[in-house]
Amino acid sequence: MNANRQRRAIVISAVGAVGLTLAGCSGGGGGGGSDIEGDFAGEELTVVAAWSGAEQENFEAVLDEFEAQTGATVRYTSFGDNGPTYIQGQLEGGDPPSVAVIGQPALMQELATNGDIVPLSDEALDVVTENYSQDWIDLATVDGETYGVWFKAANKSTVWYNADLYDEAGATVPEDWDDFLEQLQVITDAGYAGISIGADVGWPLTDWFENAYLRVAGPEKYDQLTNHEIPWTDPSVAETLEVLASLWGSDLVQPGGDQRDFPTSVTEVFGAEPNAATVFEGDFVAGNITADGNSVVGENALFYDFPAINGSAPSVVGGGDVAVAFSDDPAVDALMQFLASPEAAEIWVPNGGLTSPNQGVDPSLYPDDVSRQIAEALTSAETFRFDMSDLTPSAFGGTQGQGFWQEMIRFYQNPTDIQGTMEALEAAAASAYAG
Amino acid sequence: MTAVAAAPPAPAPEHAPERGGWRRFAITAAFLSPALVFLGAFVLYPIVYTVVRSLFDRTGGRFVGFDNYVTMFTNDTTFTAIRNNVIWVIVAPAACTILGLIFAVLIEKLAWKTAFRLIIFMPMAISMLAAGVIFRGLFQENPNLGAVNAAIVAVQGWFSDDANYPGAGPREGTGIVADRGVISTESAVEPGSVQNFPLTGIRQSNLPEEATDAVEVEAGDGEIAGTVFLDVIRGGGGTNGEIEDGKSGLPGIRVDAVAPDGSIAGFATTGAGGEYTITGLDAGQSYTVALPASNFDEGAQGVSWLSASFINAVVILSYIWIWAGFAMVMIASGLSAMDRSLQEAARMDGASEWKVFTKITVPLLTPVLIVVFVTLIINVLKIFDLVYVIPPGASKPAANVIAVEMWTQSFGGGNNQGLGSALAILLLVLVLPSMIMNVRRFRQEKAR
Repeated sequence: MNANRQRRAIVISAVGAVGLTLAGCSGGGGGGGSDIEGDFAGEELTVVAAWSGAEQENFEAVLDEFEAQTGATVRYTSFGDNGPTYIQGQLEGGDPPSVAVIGQPALMQELATNGDIVPLSDEALDVVTENYSQDWIDLATVDGETYGVWFKAANKSTVWYNADLYDEAGATVPEDWDDFLEQLQVITDAGYAGISIGADVGWPLTDWFENAYLRVAGPEKYDQLTNHEIPWTDPSVAETLEVLASLWGSDLVQPGGDQRDFPTSVTEVFGAEPNAATVFEGDFVAGNITADGNSVVGENALFYDFPAINGSAPSVVGGGDVAVAFSDDPAVDALMQFLASPEAAEIWVPNGGLTSPNQGVDPSLYPDDVSRQIAEALTSAETFRFDMSDLTPSAFGGTQGQGFWQEMIRFYQNPTDIQGTMEALEAAAASAYAG
Repeated sequence: MTAVAAAPPAPAPEHAPERGGWRRFAITAAFLSPALVFLGAFVLYPIVYTVVRSLFDRTGGRFVGFDNYVTMFTNDTTFTAIRNNVIWVIVAPAACTILGLIFAVLIEKLAWKTAFRLIIFMPMAISMLAAGVIFRGLFQENPNLGAVNAAIVAVQGWFSDDANYPGAGPREGTGIVADRGVISTESAVEPGSVQNFPLTGIRQSNLPEEATDAVEVEAGDGEIAGTVFLDVIRGGGGTNGEIEDGKSGLPGIRVDAVAPDGSIAGFATTGAGGEYTITGLDAGQSYTVALPASNFDEGAQGVSWLSASFINAVVILSYIWIWAGFAMVMIASGLSAMDRSLQEAARMDGASEWKVFTKITVPLLTPVLIVVFVTLIINVLKIFDLVYVIPPGASKPAANVIAVEMWTQSFGGGNNQGLGSALAILLLVLVLPSMIMNVRRFRQEKAR
């Protein structure tokens, strides 16, 4: 502890010095970020993240800007989808990166508890507080200390619809859940299935549940359920399942959902011969639509936010990538401040593929209306919560054929069995959390 | 296994006290040691460690005794896996062996036997994974994707006419209801009145070309008239149940007037604007007006082969498709090595072919059949790839087997290597009897 405090003192003084230099040089740039300028010539930083291909190029452009401003050299390495393994390996080898951008809050938590990553400096924290909503800061906080800067976000509260079919049927963008069901009925009357669900695996269904639960029970209960502080037999769960059953048990849903994989459900809506008009999932559906090639995102492939339930406030369930620092070196701290500033995100945003949770980012920079709408839904949401199934033990929330995934499939197949579903979920959760 | 193999009493050189004995022992040990080290490191140690690991909880830090073994049989998921393995062991090896025997005996009598053998053996050349992908494709529910359902739908299509408006339904709250495909009036209608049928669930693009906007009609004495129309305006709007501009008539629909005794008193077919008039009705009667189900029949639908009810059959079928060829080749080689004079003699004595087959060929083939059968049992117990690939997510639990469950628990997200190890030990215990049987048989053959 003593050594730790000492180290922290050094950080603060070092950062203080940097802060002074920075204060002298600020000017220009928008959104209340801080311009990073300091002389870190000769310093070499390493940054690792999952991004490769076009995303890597865009992120490297962000890092190039940092290099240009500070003179430091930044080396970027992509770890693909092996984030936890790669970082553990680097740590065991005694050569951790300066900064890692990771997609799993649980990994950040583990690294923080083990003392592998360092909390944000006061200056970096100031930049974060200025640009991020409290929900995002809380998500980067472990035991009262804020460790991370959320650089990229995913919005999983988007309902995608085929505008051609909505126009043909005369359906409109719904205002709330009841209106949602009515509009789907209008589409069903016109001869198309209201909505297509790919329930062949459980994850799209868990996203349904999470979105409905956040709206029915509110963020506090959402957190409690995530941590299994309340049981799955809680009345709020029953209420949520009833809401879902009002759709899943109706004939608004295209039949055969439990045999359909998720990409097919997108093709059913946006393919060459659409049979359904709506599909729910995250912002990545835009990628599926583009890959299919029969519909154009922004023209006939549009989305609206997951409908409010019982007058709930705008809420978003999503994911994201958080940058964490493995050293308290001033250059590393400067990089963290840079990543937290709107300027960093604004380099990538116009090129597409980045939804920034940073509220300081100018929305007009997004390359098209759809991505702007996704980002605005995310930053203007009163409540943001991380995807629940990513926060629960993987035996419960991330294993095919078991736990959350499987019980939601069972419930999809038999939406009348609310009590049995809750009991099965509670039993699965109890055994997974016990380990 | 080692214990069993070492059981027979043999002169044990290590007990010999003289120098020469030691020397011989040292040499033997030197020659054996590479193999022993290898076996120890890659067979014995993993088995022992798995046994130990199976007595600990998921973190590996807490000793739980036999809890994992209890869980194994009480937990729904793992128990289904064990039950499925039992089904597999009962069905698959026997089916493969019998089919292999039939193929081997029958093909032997054919002229092009090598070609036929090659074809039946060919699935063995395909990896289990690829075979799984093929079967998953074959049995897809959607007839546009799955060949099996496409065939079923095509055959059924020959025997039924295409309906004009598949999937259409009544507009709710307009006095008409659907019952088992028949759309009819809720209450009886008297002649001289108009009965309209506002329907929904038909796509604008599926309307026949001759269809025009819905036409209103009037009914004369002894007539029931009305309009069958699509109660949806392209682009929305309008009042539900009303005939308005933009609502299309539905031509070609048969309309029946059904008398209270169930007989059809008269019928008509709708015109371009959906209008119909049923004439010649008894003015003192009232009739139920119905649109027969043949108008709306959705035609043959695919069978949900990959659903929980059929999935085990499909996976086992794919296994048989692959391994029947193996059984056939083994049995055919046994056949060719067989002394044919017995069969010849039996035939000379007037035995029928069936008698020859059951009383002579099969008994002579028994050793080969047992080898095939036991090999298949061991193989079936370990089945993994097909079960991993074929079932879609929703029916995975129904198709689960021990090997897949072991993998899921240990590495596939279950995060419980304790339970995974216990399952591995169960698998080992199940395989042991057939292994011992094989070893015994080898020894007997040697002794002969």
